[in-house]
Amino acid sequence: MSRAVVRPKSWVMFILLAICLINSAALAQDPARFPKPEFESGYQQPPTQTPPPRSTGREWMDVFVLAVALGLTSYFALKKRSRRAIWAMAVFSVIYFGFIREGCVCAVGSLQNVSAALFLSDYVIPLTVLAFFVIPLIFTLFFGRTFCAAVCPLGAVQDLVMVKPVPVAGWLQEVLGLFRYVYLGFAVLFAATGSAFLICRYDPFVSIFRMGNDFGMMLYSIGFVALSIFVARPYCRFLCPYGVLLGWMSQLSKKHLTITPDSCHVCRLCETSCPMGAIDKPTPEKLPVTREQGIRRLGVLLIFVPVMIAIGGGTFSRLDVFLSKMHPTVSLAEKIDLENRTGTAGTTVETLTFRSSGTPAETLFAEAGIIRKRFRIGGWLLGGFLGLILGVKLIGLSIFRTSTEYEPNRAACFSCGRCFSYCPNEHQRLENIRHY
Amino acid sequence: MNNEKEKLGRREFIKDALRTMTAAVIGGMGGFIGGRAAKNTVWQLDPNKCVQCERCSTHCVLTESAVKCVHAYDVCGYCQLCGGYHRPGAKIQDTAAENQLCPTGAIQRTYVENPYYEYTITEALCNGCGKCVKGCGAFGNGSLYLQVRHDRCLNCNECAIATVCPSGAYQRVPSDRPYILKGQQGQGS
Repeated sequence: MSRAVVRPKSWVMFILLAICLINSAALAQDPARFPKPEFESGYQQPPTQTPPPRSTGREWMDVFVLAVALGLTSYFALKKRSRRAIWAMAVFSVIYFGFIREGCVCAVGSLQNVSAALFLSDYVIPLTVLAFFVIPLIFTLFFGRTFCAAVCPLGAVQDLVMVKPVPVAGWLQEVLGLFRYVYLGFAVLFAATGSAFLICRYDPFVSIFRMGNDFGMMLYSIGFVALSIFVARPYCRFLCPYGVLLGWMSQLSKKHLTITPDSCHVCRLCETSCPMGAIDKPTPEKLPVTREQGIRRLGVLLIFVPVMIAIGGGTFSRLDVFLSKMHPTVSLAEKIDLENRTGTAGTTVETLTFRSSGTPAETLFAEAGIIRKRFRIGGWLLGGFLGLILGVKLIGLSIFRTSTEYEPNRAACFSCGRCFSYCPNEHQRLENIRHY
Repeated sequence: MNNEKEKLGRREFIKDALRTMTAAVIGGMGGFIGGRAAKNTVWQLDPNKCVQCERCSTHCVLTESAVKCVHAYDVCGYCQLCGGYHRPGAKIQDTAAENQLCPTGAIQRTYVENPYYEYTITEALCNGCGKCVKGCGAFGNGSLYLQVRHDRCLNCNECAIATVCPSGAYQRVPSDRPYILKGQQGQGS
């Protein structure tokens, strides 16, 4: 028997199958082709098993754990002043929010859900996700960035692997730190247009928490963790978009971690203690520019800010065609358009699916046009935002605030408490406690 | 000295005012969104939109996809010759491995009564490729279909499969109705 011989029965089935496959699109909505059997043996049809998802109660428990962890960390950082306790909280967060909860949903990612809820009329945000966004912001408004210290699993994992941090020059830190604003801007733009959740897609630590991902992402994650050994908290300092919001909150915070429990003697012992470079030195006696020069510079910059906003907005709004490719509808419309123009059809699964759905291409193009228009407006806002940030940063360079103490920089300090033990006053305090 | 103190007081006052304002803005925004916020949601795929592109089996963040094939028994014709079970062109329509469509042998066929056979999915073996779904939809009643299994799904904020689904079948559904079922069960819920 050779392979070429085909039995008649198989032939029939093959043809039947072939016909059915060709007509499958038309027949898909048909009621049953084969009637429901009438069983005589008393056979009972089993139901489809539907294992339930994680209960809402447990989602709320996560919110509760988040609030308690924030409270505890704030207490440890501001009142108890214990680096060891903060470290223990970080371990807890990595285990609970990281490995047990496997990373989702986190406060960093929730900012995309909030953006989507603000701008997309058909997106509904679950209340627990909203809570994950709001609670850390409120805590930071009162106690500084204690969320970053030991509650955020992304921050905590970097904190724990920080073995030999090398100092990063101040100017380089400032420049690299600007990426956070760019990342924030793009994350909000893509979330608000319903294109993608950028932060989730390029989260460097979720692959670690889930112990698996595709090869490229795994490499990226391992690279990030390896980098965190030598560069203190690279994600927090140079990428984290939520950190931008927390930084703003922290600048207004009612209370904040202090280096010294008492008053600063300017002994300089803590000067290089912060691996994140978040300690502000006392201002020098003699400012680098005179008051008149400073005022003139400020005046020039103030005129410059609107110009930069306009330039930024104009530039990014012209990128609408390019940026909107991130949206699935626009990218599909482009593919269909390309196929139509080249006279080919069904070169990808997406276009094949779209063509078999029977929706006219014009509808798709119209939709894509609306989305592109949204990207144009979004581009203006994004570019304007980035221009404003650049302007404000430049103005910040020309404003000198007099200070006579070593203080944590409120926007940049993660409240990790590494500086405590460098302060002689702290040792005195601990000594006093031991004696009573 | 007095001037210094006054300055500090003023600075504190401005800060207090700004903080209160910021808290109000966050609260207001939270209230605005929260007013429209709904119950928790989970990812699910609409079997009526699914085109069985097989990406569910390869794009889930889990190594073994959270998407599995399920069976609506009351839609099934219990055929002896099953388009979802047998490989097209199989010489003999029996239970031999080489004649089965499922690459992992996850479909169990059991005899019920003449001429009916019951098909059961062994979920531990299913990889969610949807080959059987395609076969069943093309030849049979379409009783086999893919669903996100919530005992496995991590409920990622951005579902990795949803981003590559060619038919837009993925959507967020309320977590108290987490499945889009076919047959009686689908109508009942």
